[in-house]
Amino acid sequence: MPTKIEKDAITGTDTTGHEWDGIKELNTPLPRWWLYVFYATIAFAAVWVVLYPALPIPGATGLTGWTARGALREELAAGSQQQQAMLARIRAATPAEVAADPEMRAFALAGGRVAFANTCAACHGAGGQGAAGGFPSLADDDWLWGGSLAAIHRTITHGVRADDDNDTHATLMPRFLADGMLNAAQVGDTAEFVLSLTGRADDAPAARRGSLLFAENCASCHGDRGQGNQEMGAPRLDDQVWLYGGDKASIVRSIAYSRRGAMPAWGVRLDPAVVNMLAVYVHSLGGGD
Amino acid sequence: MSRIDPRPPVAAGADGHDGAGQSPAPLYATRQKVYPRAVHGPVRRAKWAVLVACLALYYLVPWLRWNRGPGMPDQAVLADIRQARLFLGPIEILPQEVYFITGLLILGAVGLFAVTSLYGRVWCGFTCPQTVWTDLFMWVERRIEGDRNARMKLDAQPLSAGKALRKVAKHAAWLLIALLTGGAWIMYFIDAPTVVREFFSGRASAETYLFVGLFTFTTYLLAGWAREQVCTYMCPWPRFQAAMLDENSLVVSYRAWRGEPQGKPSQPGVGDCVNCHACVHVCPTGIDIRDGQQLECIGCALCADACDDVMHRLGRPGGLIAFETLGNLAAATAATAALPPGAARRDPGMAARRPMRAIRPRTLLYGAVMLVVAAAMGTALLLRADQDLAVLRDRAPVYVRLSDGGIRNGYTLKLGNRGTGEAVLHLELDAPPGFFFVVQDAEPDTEGRPLLPLQRDGIGQWRVLVTAPAWVRAHDSTDIRFRVVDEAGRTAASAASVFLGPRP
Repeated sequence: MPTKIEKDAITGTDTTGHEWDGIKELNTPLPRWWLYVFYATIAFAAVWVVLYPALPIPGATGLTGWTARGALREELAAGSQQQQAMLARIRAATPAEVAADPEMRAFALAGGRVAFANTCAACHGAGGQGAAGGFPSLADDDWLWGGSLAAIHRTITHGVRADDDNDTHATLMPRFLADGMLNAAQVGDTAEFVLSLTGRADDAPAARRGSLLFAENCASCHGDRGQGNQEMGAPRLDDQVWLYGGDKASIVRSIAYSRRGAMPAWGVRLDPAVVNMLAVYVHSLGGGD
Repeated sequence: MSRIDPRPPVAAGADGHDGAGQSPAPLYATRQKVYPRAVHGPVRRAKWAVLVACLALYYLVPWLRWNRGPGMPDQAVLADIRQARLFLGPIEILPQEVYFITGLLILGAVGLFAVTSLYGRVWCGFTCPQTVWTDLFMWVERRIEGDRNARMKLDAQPLSAGKALRKVAKHAAWLLIALLTGGAWIMYFIDAPTVVREFFSGRASAETYLFVGLFTFTTYLLAGWAREQVCTYMCPWPRFQAAMLDENSLVVSYRAWRGEPQGKPSQPGVGDCVNCHACVHVCPTGIDIRDGQQLECIGCALCADACDDVMHRLGRPGGLIAFETLGNLAAATAATAALPPGAARRDPGMAARRPMRAIRPRTLLYGAVMLVVAAAMGTALLLRADQDLAVLRDRAPVYVRLSDGGIRNGYTLKLGNRGTGEAVLHLELDAPPGFFFVVQDAEPDTEGRPLLPLQRDGIGQWRVLVTAPAWVRAHDSTDIRFRVVDEAGRTAASAASVFLGPRP
């Protein structure tokens, strides 16, 4: 309760009578309409509480039934509705047709980026850089199963050594040591020859012995000079890209026990339009073949 | 302060009341309606001229045309919200160049400071939109309801057919002006002829109608109803404009040394002020200038016209209320203190005055800030390139080892063109010998160089793969620079980046 109302000497204004440690408050009156605007905001709030979800009670949505989640759902549905026409076009086209059409290509690159992050990045890396231990880089110029749009599309659709797809890339490299086809010394000699393909052999006699073993056991798939064969998924052995490591120990292990990396078949899991977009996106990462 | 003070006047000798048994003053003030009287004189004529000029500027600028070629808007001044472009004649400002608008705002603010430190609140009194539109609304009000006394009488009358007719006519006229105001505002954001056609044929967008409605409503409310309350309650400028004023600023002042003590013209020994209240009656904010400098005074000087009119009728010189510096007021007060009030003080008082000092540290500082900002903006505008290039280096993967042992890096190039025509550019790379690059999806020209065609006002994006062959012994980090070159071989834009590889 105000106690002592005085006239302020400097301004000639009354004080409100409130005093805190000698500090007094001047009574400078607000315009009356200001007060009415304040009442109007209270009335607005009352209407708001009735119409919109304002009470912290689960399920209390207000008369309009509006919710933030519902609005988001509608926006997402509207966004996905907008994409349907373009997705239908991409679904009906081949990856090469998608890549050739600027409009479809731009859409596929954006959509493919998202799909890649969802389904591929866990193994192949966020930018398709791959990872050590059998997850090939998709950004380089070395393709196990072919780097053309059609080949990439086929690999994504059917996977590699996937159990649930009959058209999957199913070839297997023999486990030369484990299955008793070569002994340990022969595996070592063969590995020495493989090193020689990139000019790294230290032991010339071993490499010479290995060359015979290579011609007999490996050349049918990997080629007589290790040039690889994308039909079989047989990697090149004459380049600088080594999926499982290019040192002698890693090569010995690859010959002795085989590697047999696998990838799921995405054709049975994803919309064909998404597979098309993925193929175009992956092809763009390193230029493809 | 008299107008918004809701309390009854305090009787003389009532100071020091202790409040015991006294009810506190109300916390809310009822508005005292202001009925400004019409006034004639040089200030009023200047104010009409400024009003006409401001309104003409406001309504005509959207109709100025500026040919920018096909596909571009041909309105000289246009803030194109839909395409996120600001067009000011030959200048086109993009959203990322918002600092030009910041610069304009700084120039406007400092210019306001400078003018205020020289001539007081002339912005408030003459050119502020609130003042211009309120003046216009008051003029309409006077045409329909008559001058001050007629309006006061009309408001005091009980409702009658004649009163209702006048009130309806006034508000209808106000709303029409408000609609024209709101309608013209939208023309600064959407092409004027188009939006007018669309507006009246009902084909304009919902936002257009919404914003025209909003500005119609606010114009009607602010100029018709709120008026001086916008200045006294809402506007921040009166709160801190006092910081720009000093004893050398020309502000609307009552020369108390000449006017006091007030008295009847026939009375001996009194000053020139006859307490006729003409200055109060013409004041658009309803204050008494004789109380000195105050927040509510918008510096329009209509009181000077009103006072001069009275003084001339009494055969006395004008200028009892005039643009005057506080320094001169003090000097004249000191020079005339010993003289008898009235006519004897006039000439000594006026002789004691000194011309206003326009060159002062604060005006020099404001001028210097304006010069620096204007020079910086002008330089930035002149040096602004037609094309700009931004390079984003791929971060995943950092680099790619190719099958032949070469190293490849990926980059995303963003190229913007604000030139006046289509740009046909080639990409070139400044890098150590042996480095080569491929632009994905780019057509080569006749010499095999990748072409980067750009529409006018377009932005293009390209992915570029740069390769260092195995025989180049690259460092783990190599500085490279992308350049876009026009048909004449001139570098239109360039951007630096790095090429990363494994540690050698």
